Amino acid sequence: MTLHARADNFRLALVGVPNCGKTALFNRLTGSRQKVANYPGVTIERKEGSFASADGTRQYQLIDLPGTYSLLPVTLDEAITRDAITGRLHGEPAPDLIVCVVATTNLRLSLRLVLELKLIGRPMIVALNMSDLAKQRGYKLDRARLESELGVRVVETVAVQSSGARELAAAIEVLCASLETQRTASRRVDAAEESRPSAQVAAPTVPLAKNSAEIETTQREARRILRDSGYVEPLRTRALTRIDAVVMHPLGGPLLLAALLFAIFQAVFTWAATPMAWISSGVSSLGTAVSAAMPAGALQSLLVDGVIKGAGAVVVYLPQILILFFFILLLEDSGYLPRAAFLLDRLMGSVGLSGRSFIPLLSSYACAIPGIMATRTIPNVRDRIATILLAPIMTCSARLPVYALIISAFITERSIGWFSLRGLVLFGLYVLGVLGALLVAYVMKRVTLRSGYQPLMLELPEYHWPNLRNLALGLYERTTIFLTRVGTIILSLMIVLWFLASFPGPPAGATGPAIQYSFAGMMGRGLHTVFAPLGFNWQICVALVPGLAAREVAVGALGTVYALSGSTAHVDQALRPMLASSWSLATALSLLAWYVFAPQCLSTLVTARRETNSWRYPLIMAGYLFAMAWVASFATYRIATALTGSA
Amino acid sequence: MRVILISIWVSVTMASLVERSASARVVALATLHKGDRGVVRQVLEIDAGVVGDQVGASIGRRLVEIGFVPGERVQVIAVVWPGDDPMAVRVGSTVFALRRREAQAVLVQVEAP
Repeated sequence: MTLHARADNFRLALVGVPNCGKTALFNRLTGSRQKVANYPGVTIERKEGSFASADGTRQYQLIDLPGTYSLLPVTLDEAITRDAITGRLHGEPAPDLIVCVVATTNLRLSLRLVLELKLIGRPMIVALNMSDLAKQRGYKLDRARLESELGVRVVETVAVQSSGARELAAAIEVLCASLETQRTASRRVDAAEESRPSAQVAAPTVPLAKNSAEIETTQREARRILRDSGYVEPLRTRALTRIDAVVMHPLGGPLLLAALLFAIFQAVFTWAATPMAWISSGVSSLGTAVSAAMPAGALQSLLVDGVIKGAGAVVVYLPQILILFFFILLLEDSGYLPRAAFLLDRLMGSVGLSGRSFIPLLSSYACAIPGIMATRTIPNVRDRIATILLAPIMTCSARLPVYALIISAFITERSIGWFSLRGLVLFGLYVLGVLGALLVAYVMKRVTLRSGYQPLMLELPEYHWPNLRNLALGLYERTTIFLTRVGTIILSLMIVLWFLASFPGPPAGATGPAIQYSFAGMMGRGLHTVFAPLGFNWQICVALVPGLAAREVAVGALGTVYALSGSTAHVDQALRPMLASSWSLATALSLLAWYVFAPQCLSTLVTARRETNSWRYPLIMAGYLFAMAWVASFATYRIATALTGSA
Repeated sequence: MRVILISIWVSVTMASLVERSASARVVALATLHKGDRGVVRQVLEIDAGVVGDQVGASIGRRLVEIGFVPGERVQVIAVVWPGDDPMAVRVGSTVFALRRREAQAVLVQVEAP
């Protein structure tokens, strides 16, 4: 209530159907950089930002809410929206003003929601978003007439243009100025009658439609308004229809999807080679320079073996991660993803999930954490939990450095037809993740998480040209996230690991490398009993421990462990040839299999705990992943040993 | 009493629909093939048609909310092989992916190709 006490503070909520550009508009108004993409359900949590009025006297608090088709929610994110605008969310007051965002290209779908929102009785502005695109594509609409039909202010916006929200901001100012006058007046009345109990503002009751017949009536009214406002939708262009004919072709569609994914993994290896070589030679010359400039000793070892070799080993993978995200962002922005979900619905259905699980699972390829959050768009709670449990099997980008290191150390670069062998192996690891997930889903849905029939009802948005600014921002953001991780978590873990690996020093007369006698060495040998059947040596076991905090640390940790355990003759040797000479192929493959399934990320478990509100599911998750990883690695190691005939 | 009245009303409506279908072919959207067009006539409540966990969040209601309103034109623009399930249906200017089972709830009057 404290916010309400100030006359110059206003809470505005952005509401609209999924994928109408609310978040883009939010970013435009507040100058922030929330994630936007061309598929429904990107915003799964309410997001808040603020901006000041032009004269600086008023402060607007803007809330970006998940998209909803209706105030009768069927998913968790839709329920969040309803609760936020009716003032039932965590005791937050209802917004002072609702900005209902509608896509001008999709008014038929959104106008009913506008009418439903009007019934709440809050002050409201309708933002006709994507108005430029609509004009360009030949949509016609009499804005003034729509305004008088609806009885609320209607303004045109173009969220992707820098001046595109000017009119909306002006309309907000006008409306809030009048609200302010009302507030001051009512406060004067309040002051006069002091007997009034402390601010007890009841949540507004929402007159909700009860059944399909009532909804149908509102829909008819919406259509009448559109007709009277001269709304004309153009015929869909032939080009777009043709694209859909290919993309959603019964046979061509799945083939195209497979080819796309395949091409992405090829590009991750082939395009990244040159920039990776630059970074890697930069890192090693830095190491040489530091060793030359400093006297040999503990500090030199910390800087060179711990910091430069450890963190440097991880930084090298930045180009590969950026290439992966370049493609993911392109697919997200273009509107292709929901179509992929459509194509894969049957496959998901065969293991008991709905196509709606596809997008959360796909997000998990970037990182399981946003993937788990995105499960809020899944209507059924059992399906949602099943999807949460599956998310960590999807190959997240933190596994990429580990895969890339081992693949490039053990797989010789060779081309098979058009494809590079390394790209093929990487693709195979991703496929293994998917197959594992399908198997787990199948078992889970049969055993415990059975659910009734779940409908798909997924909107397939119109294609957009990917927005270059959006793409650049997305990549910039990824770079920042990655480098921050390297600079904070990874770097500090590397320093801790260096200490563990360097102390205590070897006893007098010891023959082996110093690290064997250190804490890390002891830890590694302790774990070795569990992991020896998988073919892991104690150096790998040491690297697995910091890998729990961030998967990619394992790469840096191997760098440090081998740098410290090597004899002086080849301390400067690069990590890859070192691994190639000290591991058998069976061990390398076994470690890859381990990384496909292992529960190697504590933050994922914590997120799962938060989203399911219990430790039950994260524990199940960690347990089954550990078991699967162990079995997969064991099988891989035994089979590979038998085939290669060496241990 | 009310229940009886409603059931009478439902059966009369169904009967009139069946009658009309003889002349103008009103069928479930689920029976349409790729490329077929039609006009929505009615949205039914189907068995087990609950979306998610919300009581009363029926498939029929959500279909009306997303635009399957009587009088609206629809076209099947894509189907997935095998089994032609799910299907992509254009309604108004929006495209929705529906599984055949939920498309069962939408009755459409088929237009001549």
